Amino acid sequence: MEGDIANLGQYIGAGLAGIGSGAAAIGVGNVAGNFLSGALRNPSAAAGQTATLFIGIAFAEALGIFSFLVALLLMFAV
Amino acid sequence: MATETHGAESASGMPQLDPSTYSNQIFWLVLALVAIYLLLSRVALPRIGAVLAERQGAITNDIAAAEELKLKAAEAEKAYDKALADARAEAAEITAETKASMQAELDAALAKADAEIAEQQKESAARIGEIRDSATANVEAVAKDTAEALVAHLGGQADSGQIAGVVSSKMGGR
Amino acid sequence: MADKATGEGASHAAEAAGHAAEGGSGLNIHPMDQFVVEPLFSDGPVHMFTVTNSTLWLALAVLGVALLLVVGTRGRAVVPSRVQSVAELAYGFVHKMVEDVAGKDALKFFPYIMTLFLFIAFSNMLALLPMSFSPTSQIAVTAVLGFSVFIAVTVLGFVLNGSKFLGLFWVSSAPLVLRPILAVIELISYFVRPVSHSVRLAGNIMAGHAVLKVFAGFAGALGLFSFIPILAITGIYALELLVAFIQAYVFTILTCVYLKDALHPSH
Repeated sequence: MEGDIANLGQYIGAGLAGIGSGAAAIGVGNVAGNFLSGALRNPSAAAGQTATLFIGIAFAEALGIFSFLVALLLMFAV
Repeated sequence: MATETHGAESASGMPQLDPSTYSNQIFWLVLALVAIYLLLSRVALPRIGAVLAERQGAITNDIAAAEELKLKAAEAEKAYDKALADARAEAAEITAETKASMQAELDAALAKADAEIAEQQKESAARIGEIRDSATANVEAVAKDTAEALVAHLGGQADSGQIAGVVSSKMGGR
Repeated sequence: MADKATGEGASHAAEAAGHAAEGGSGLNIHPMDQFVVEPLFSDGPVHMFTVTNSTLWLALAVLGVALLLVVGTRGRAVVPSRVQSVAELAYGFVHKMVEDVAGKDALKFFPYIMTLFLFIAFSNMLALLPMSFSPTSQIAVTAVLGFSVFIAVTVLGFVLNGSKFLGLFWVSSAPLVLRPILAVIELISYFVRPVSHSVRLAGNIMAGHAVLKVFAGFAGALGLFSFIPILAITGIYALELLVAFIQAYVFTILTCVYLKDALHPSH
């Protein structure tokens, strides 16, 4: 190890940014779970809402991808 | 520093952030998108749309034809049912007619037989009557003769007329 | 390193230190190397018209689209062959998506949306071949896609609706006090759209490929026990196949949603 304090900060920051992936996972799970419980309650309406489901998942996941991007930027680009 | 092993390849750590390749990537991307768009809008999409429309038309036509055939089949069935009912009615009529005619013949035959029997009965009765009458006459004659003989034997003067009257009255009073 | 014009001269020292640290550990994993754009036929720098690995895989995507949708349907059979039925399936899938999400009057933009869908789907799928290059993992590529959709939709919204398009940001169903705040939020979220739209695609593909590469590095380092990461790679590969399709689907459906906003801006 070179003992560079800046590197230390980078790696710690990247690791912290990785928490965002977990948060996004919670969000996506929430969307899918709520969709499923709604769909089981009213299966006839579920088929028309799959597009909405995917849009919701995409929005939730985009933020997780942002945190992944932050981690990558800290690791490789800063 | 030991960076020369792969330093030349990953020049900026994250290759996506190397702006020197942007113009190249964007140029080829736009070229690829235009190529795909031209392929799709000029050739592929009209063709697939036409095929789908044609199939839809074919399916619609087939369904219409099937509907028509179904109608025809229903009509044919109706006609068949009607023919069957007609035939059945005719058969029933014929049966009834035959039965009626047979009944009539039978009745006629029965009547004839009855008439014959009645005539024969009448004849028989007449003959029996004759036989009885003749038998009665015979008995009367025999009774007269017997009475005359008896009277003569007893020594009386037999008045044949009186005897005949008595015998007749006895016989008739019977 | 000096011959590569990176344009990021400031960070070379930190980078070198980073690589030194990586080289120091036993694992020799460079998950980002697969995203390097390099010339195919020469060693020189990448100019605008240089034929690179990116060019090759973009061309293969075009070729794939042509094979599926042009060569595959040349029979024009009423009873379709296998390839033709796949092409018809893709056509029907996107057609229905545009009609359901954006409305019937959006169908005149169907060829553009179909182009986007097929390009992304084919690049994603082809990128899963070993030794391949994934154009959709490049932020430059997805940014062009995302921002062109954004600009097209914004221009379209103003051309079709005039100033009424601004009603998108003025939520008339909310209480009057909240409306300015909502307008700011809506405005920000509107301008974040192209960023998230493009970063989502690039980030998903990049993350998946990097994870595959990291596990491949484990497999190289573990020797006899390499079957564990190989099993993991198999599972992740299956997931990546799903992601490759879903990202194309999501990109397309979000394009349809944005298009709907442009065509019918009333909330």
